[in-house]
Amino acid sequence: MSYTRRGFLKLTSAGVACLSLSQLGFDLTEAQAYATSLKTKGAKEVITICPFCSVSCHIIAHVRDGKLISTEGDPDFPINEGALCAKGAALLSMSRNEHRVKKPLYRAPYSDKWEEKDWDWVLNKIARNVKDTRDKELIVKNDKGETVNRLESMFLLGTSHASNEECALIHQAMRGLGVVHMDHQARI
Amino acid sequence: MTNHWIDIKNADSILIIGSNAAEHHPVSFKWVLRAKDAGATVMHVDPKFSRTSARSDFHVPIRSGTDIAFMGGMINYVLQNEKYFKDYVVDYTNAPYIVSEGFEFKDGLFSGYDPKSRTYDQSTWTFDLDSKGIPKKDTSLKHPRCVFNLLKNHFSRYSLDNVSSVTGVSKDNLNKVYSDFASTGTAGRAGTIMYALGWTQHTVGVQNIRSAGILQLLLGNIGVAGGGINALRGEPNVQGSTDHTLLYHIIPGYMAMPRADWQTYADYNKANTPVSKDPHSANWWQHKPKYFTSLLKGWYGDNATADNGYCYGLLPKIEKGADHSYMFLFDRMYQDKITGGFIIGLNPMNSVPNSNKIRKALDNLDWLVTQELHHSETTDNWQRPGVDPKKIKTEVFLLPSAHRVEKEGTVTNSGRWLGWHDKAIEPDAEARSFGAAFVPVVNKVRELYKKEGGTLPEAVTLLNWPKEYDTEYWTRLINGQFTKDTVVKCKKYKKGQQVPSFTALGDDGSTMSLNWLYAGSYTEEGGNKAKRRDPKQTEMQANIGLYPNWAWCWPVNRRILYNRASVNADGKPFNPKKAVIKWNGKKWEGDVPDGGWKPLSSENGKHPFIMSKHGHGQIFGPGRKDGPIPEHYEPVETPIDSHPFSKQLSSPVYKFVDSDMDKLAKPADPKFPIVLTTYSLTEHWCGGGETRNVPNLLEAEPQLYVEMSPELAEEKGIKNGDGVIVESIRGKVEAIAMVTVRMRPLKVEGKIVHLVGMPFCFGWTTPGTGDSTNRLTPSVGDPNTTIPEFKASCVNIRKADKLTEIAM
Repeated sequence: MSYTRRGFLKLTSAGVACLSLSQLGFDLTEAQAYATSLKTKGAKEVITICPFCSVSCHIIAHVRDGKLISTEGDPDFPINEGALCAKGAALLSMSRNEHRVKKPLYRAPYSDKWEEKDWDWVLNKIARNVKDTRDKELIVKNDKGETVNRLESMFLLGTSHASNEECALIHQAMRGLGVVHMDHQARI
Repeated sequence: MTNHWIDIKNADSILIIGSNAAEHHPVSFKWVLRAKDAGATVMHVDPKFSRTSARSDFHVPIRSGTDIAFMGGMINYVLQNEKYFKDYVVDYTNAPYIVSEGFEFKDGLFSGYDPKSRTYDQSTWTFDLDSKGIPKKDTSLKHPRCVFNLLKNHFSRYSLDNVSSVTGVSKDNLNKVYSDFASTGTAGRAGTIMYALGWTQHTVGVQNIRSAGILQLLLGNIGVAGGGINALRGEPNVQGSTDHTLLYHIIPGYMAMPRADWQTYADYNKANTPVSKDPHSANWWQHKPKYFTSLLKGWYGDNATADNGYCYGLLPKIEKGADHSYMFLFDRMYQDKITGGFIIGLNPMNSVPNSNKIRKALDNLDWLVTQELHHSETTDNWQRPGVDPKKIKTEVFLLPSAHRVEKEGTVTNSGRWLGWHDKAIEPDAEARSFGAAFVPVVNKVRELYKKEGGTLPEAVTLLNWPKEYDTEYWTRLINGQFTKDTVVKCKKYKKGQQVPSFTALGDDGSTMSLNWLYAGSYTEEGGNKAKRRDPKQTEMQANIGLYPNWAWCWPVNRRILYNRASVNADGKPFNPKKAVIKWNGKKWEGDVPDGGWKPLSSENGKHPFIMSKHGHGQIFGPGRKDGPIPEHYEPVETPIDSHPFSKQLSSPVYKFVDSDMDKLAKPADPKFPIVLTTYSLTEHWCGGGETRNVPNLLEAEPQLYVEMSPELAEEKGIKNGDGVIVESIRGKVEAIAMVTVRMRPLKVEGKIVHLVGMPFCFGWTTPGTGDSTNRLTPSVGDPNTTIPEFKASCVNIRKADKLTEIAM
């Protein structure tokens, strides 16, 4: 006899009025254990870290067939010891979310709508904007004749959502381009 | 944080001020409660009663923006009642240093003030030096110009009467906090100060924190278990993004941004490398050229050579004193001086002050690249309410961003722990990580330069840059690698191998490292240490909750900074019951000590504050732009027009921008008599762009409200649940009235001052929830950091006839 968790619950709740569980032929202890383990059974456990405040609570992500099916606080991590706040506990609904932006979007000057584009198209266009702006507006010398190589008219804002690796590479890229207007959440 | 989250449990007294830890760092609070269970006193000083207050021993309501008065009163209490830890103060701080004769403080101003430029010439904020160039000291603390006596004199004005009158805190409450926290000025007790944006977001933000630094040095609370100054960093990786520096004024590893007056690599090193003549001062920044050279080698690889100054000449150089932070960027954008740029993982249309101006400024861009999980007030600014998109010229790109669970990498928590997160699932739809978007953009720009040439192409084409984004390639490079075969401590390393520690970094081009602080995090010997999950600890480490084998911590896995100040000159712990380190006669045990030298009393011993030039904790701190000692100044918008400390009402050097949209209410303006403070919520994040799109979080906190006292509500004829208009000189905002005793009217300078509090996470892209609270707040900032004064501005409030932004 095999049941899904949902089917099992239906059967037992329907049966409450007329039958006891033992009459159904179940050993209740085993059935409960089966029911609670089912959701994450066979799932791979992956360690992730809550994307919010700087406590960095560790979270176990349960993944099956490439899909995130459950998240829970990592009980072994010495700081959060398995606990999570409301935001951390909402990690699953945050990643599976109908509001997510799915494809690169483009809004042309004076347009009143977004258009879907492919990545290569937008990256080429962004690279062109960056180069044209830099070629035209890079300040190589200041009023005193000192070399300053500043691209004051282009900026980078964000983000503490980035990993250390991403921050390091974005900083390097921006300084290479001559960007000086650079800021993110650390100042607000 | 000087310490780390778990260490809070070791405290005997916990002062939470400028933070609502229980709601904004909820899980951290378990460590506060562990301390409380063990007998610690927990005190919450904050304008609003919150869940932090509810779990504290007592809550102390304070007028927003008066923390220096409050802390100055405590410093005065400690000095007058001789509650300081004398040996610590004399041996480990600059309290005995003699300050130069030219230094003066008069009528709220320090010597060297120039009212025209609103800046200080700091040349008199110095110490008398002996013939060898070492600061002169009076260890009896009797010299009238020693730091200790200057401090005592300075804060003698901070009497209970004056402090109570300015802050609105009762004298009874002042005494309760002062006496409890001052009790930690002994070897056997420790007190910690936990602060967050409630302290930084003021025109005196840095001096708020300096006041904590001074107090903790007087009480001997720095370097010890359960002590420290603990900044509860707000954002998900804001510690890491500061270390790796998405900021204009520094480069990775807390080194200065190159300046126009430092034209060459040699100029830079000369200007930025401190020299100490004291053989007992470690003066750690003397090694800066090694870290700087390794960073340049990381950026330009083999192209960076000694002959070309490691490509220093290619870097941008800012003008001395130039400010390129948000406030000034958006002002320049408003003046149409900015062409285009990137805004990623950030919603400044909600989270930067004076949103009405900021939103208008963004319309002036030719192009804007955004990368987000969801549409936000920033990505869709061109179609905001009341604006005709057909009149907005900006070309806007919105790139789909990968979520944390969809990418791997390291993040650094507030306690400086480096954690690795694995990729759990593939990015949703066509989403990409920031790395997977930026690496190809840069490659495409490089290709264009190689093909077409252009302005200074070599600054871009010579970059050491990979073809594709691979996270661990960068994790390795952040640690650093040898660029040639090298021998370190009798061990041979080949070119391309990982450096074992920052002590292996060189200024001769033999190493590259994208951040010296992280050298040691990914080594040949230990692999990627951010992945470590080993709870192993010695008994001594277990006693204070150190986990040296779990993850890794900068610098060199040292969990408590300045820990050499937790022991006496012979290396014996001041508090053996909660020892951080101890010298066993042969080596140090416990935490990784601040440098491996023998104890201070030995021949090569070093003073404990190894990052300051002379090796002592800086009670007198000459590096700041607004003075070497904190002084109370009112917020720029204030409900009073004088205060008892001096004639200088507000900071003489606060930063501001000046446009037709940057209006400020005058002091004690009867049109705007109420103090507004803003804050986050447990359920929403910052500007809310992310969490408002999560239905369960939005359901928990669905719309913008304003918390006010029943007394104010009655005065204004407002009932709980009414729609109201909150108005400043810059703009107005709709909100729902939450009438609550959590907000208290305060008696300030003889009159009743009301405070209101509002979250700032709601915006028009989530219809019916309300729109940016920051339409109310002013573009004025701290002179050191340009962090805006979100926490104290002046408003008025009235019942609304109808609401258009909020669904009732």
